[in-house]
Amino acid sequence: METLRFNFTGGQRRLDGARLVGVVGSGNLEVLIEQKPLNGACEVEISTAAHGFGPIWEAVVRDFHQRWQLADVHVAINDMGATPAVVSLRLDQAAESITGSISGGAA
Amino acid sequence: MNALERSWDRQRANREGRLQRARERLGAGVQGKIVDTHLVQELMHQVIECGDRVCLEGNNQKQADFLAKALASLDPGRVNGLHMLQSVLALPEHLDVFDKGIAAKLDFSFSGPQAGRLAKLVSAGKLNIGAIHTYLELFGRYFIDLTPQVALVAAQAADRHGNLYTGPNTEDTPAIVEATAFKSGIVIAQVNEIVDVLPRIDIPADWVDFAVAAPTPHYIEPLFTRDPALISEIQVLMAMMAIKGIYGEYQVERLNHGIGFDTAAIELLLPTYAASLGLKGKIGRNWALNPHPALIPAIEAGFVETVHSFGSELGMEDYVRARPDVFFTGPDGSMRSNRAFSQVAGHYACDMFIGSTLQIDLQGNSSTATLGRISGFGGAPNMGADARGRRHASPAWLKAGEQARRGTNAIPRGRKLVVQMVETFREHMQPAFVEHLDAWQLAEQAKMAIPPVMIYGDDVTHILTEEGIANLLLCRSEEEREQAIRGVAGYTPVGLGRDHRMVENLRDRGIVQRPEDLGIDKRLATRDLLAARNMKDLVRASHGLYKPPKQFRNW
Repeated sequence: METLRFNFTGGQRRLDGARLVGVVGSGNLEVLIEQKPLNGACEVEISTAAHGFGPIWEAVVRDFHQRWQLADVHVAINDMGATPAVVSLRLDQAAESITGSISGGAA
Repeated sequence: MNALERSWDRQRANREGRLQRARERLGAGVQGKIVDTHLVQELMHQVIECGDRVCLEGNNQKQADFLAKALASLDPGRVNGLHMLQSVLALPEHLDVFDKGIAAKLDFSFSGPQAGRLAKLVSAGKLNIGAIHTYLELFGRYFIDLTPQVALVAAQAADRHGNLYTGPNTEDTPAIVEATAFKSGIVIAQVNEIVDVLPRIDIPADWVDFAVAAPTPHYIEPLFTRDPALISEIQVLMAMMAIKGIYGEYQVERLNHGIGFDTAAIELLLPTYAASLGLKGKIGRNWALNPHPALIPAIEAGFVETVHSFGSELGMEDYVRARPDVFFTGPDGSMRSNRAFSQVAGHYACDMFIGSTLQIDLQGNSSTATLGRISGFGGAPNMGADARGRRHASPAWLKAGEQARRGTNAIPRGRKLVVQMVETFREHMQPAFVEHLDAWQLAEQAKMAIPPVMIYGDDVTHILTEEGIANLLLCRSEEEREQAIRGVAGYTPVGLGRDHRMVENLRDRGIVQRPEDLGIDKRLATRDLLAARNMKDLVRASHGLYKPPKQFRNW
């Protein structure tokens, strides 16, 4: 397993509550998004079974942050070899169900 | 030599000679046109001459497997140098004839399961490929410069006169037999049984020279069955984008789907997602398509009005028989397919082709050719190409043509929608978007004149990935096309190499559309949206009429 950590600032959208989206059994990815005091930052922690994809992960979660602008949020990803497509979809599904809006749409 | 002495019926005389030899040699082993099973090799030795063009019926599904085995067991000292003509190389025997020195040259369309071995035989100098064709192209050449001297075909049954009943898998038989029989060739048919009265006549007896009962029924490959249990959420998301962003947007009524899970997902979303958008009766009404089991829920929901098929699909016989308003069926009730006519229909009478691929380059050229395999593309290039000879209009065709010409003073004309649908990464993180297609290297390895491209970029109108839809019709420069393609190429190196500002500009102009731009709620992109989630659901939707082949009975 490889652990990757990314930290983004500048988000404005805060959450109330925690949400778990996706389970390892139904796909190959687990995403947990929860509220956490982080001085306005969005922190992403990834445990992945596949090595050597750091730059792709960084691009995937950077785009996620750009779409959602989450603040004081901790995102935990447990990956069993999902493609970036699956990662982005699960992240957006999680964020959509927490915020009740479609990504990219007005906050 | 003057004109008066010239003989004009040498082919007919040659044919008579072959028939004469067969009659003499086989004696009582041939009754009318029915030949004893164990004499089939002897028959072939009498009617096949060295260097003949031999069309062996290998279709997408139905295989003349008994005749293929017999041909591969001939004595290469007596029969050699054959020029094989084949739609599909599916069986080991299709290549054994080259390995054994019976055949030397090959013209074909598709070699999916034998693609690796074919490449090896070519590099070992065991066979010489004339060309790789589309199905229609190869059928066309049967009537021009590749007319078979001998055709070896497969049918369900023959009567004692030699009439043939092909059953639902008529496929290529009429095209092959017509080209051979009307140009003084010899037609031999293997049949599963010889009966007194056929359910219907698909090929009349006077086009057939010999029929032989095969010891086992001919092989049929269930090529178009996709288990809905294997459809992913990403495929559901992409299917939602296709339905809302393309089918609904262009009002696509007449179409052809490729083989694969991406389009199976679309078929299974018609009665759910498309219906929720109010698209029933507006899209997906008339199809050139094999009887895909995944289409059953959409047929039952009244979405699908008509289907003409290239071939049949194992297990769908009873369902098709019970839906004659939808499918083409004979007076006996069973389906009649015809690859040549369905290919023509897919090319000229359909407004859209949508299918998957393995690789797309920066010009939008798309290919399933991979290194070490010579596979060909079957019918996809005819489906996935603008029909430049088309003259009749339809709303989808006109809209695509208008988008392609917007801002120019070109005369109004329509355009076929050709959609390539891919996840940005295939299995093992292989990027679907590449700077250079593997086809270039393959062309070099196999000494082909041109790289084997399945669908050329200038025919592709849309590329659809999980990231979005790139509408290439609206691009006005090479640079815009390239950035539109990069703009949906996700996190592949091609996608990461995009010019972000330009892609955002293309997005503002509607050339690149994200799911959110289409108003798609990704929370709905789950398997719950599929009208059938497994094989059993398909059986249930068919009211028990669909009988899946054994390998798909997983409950």
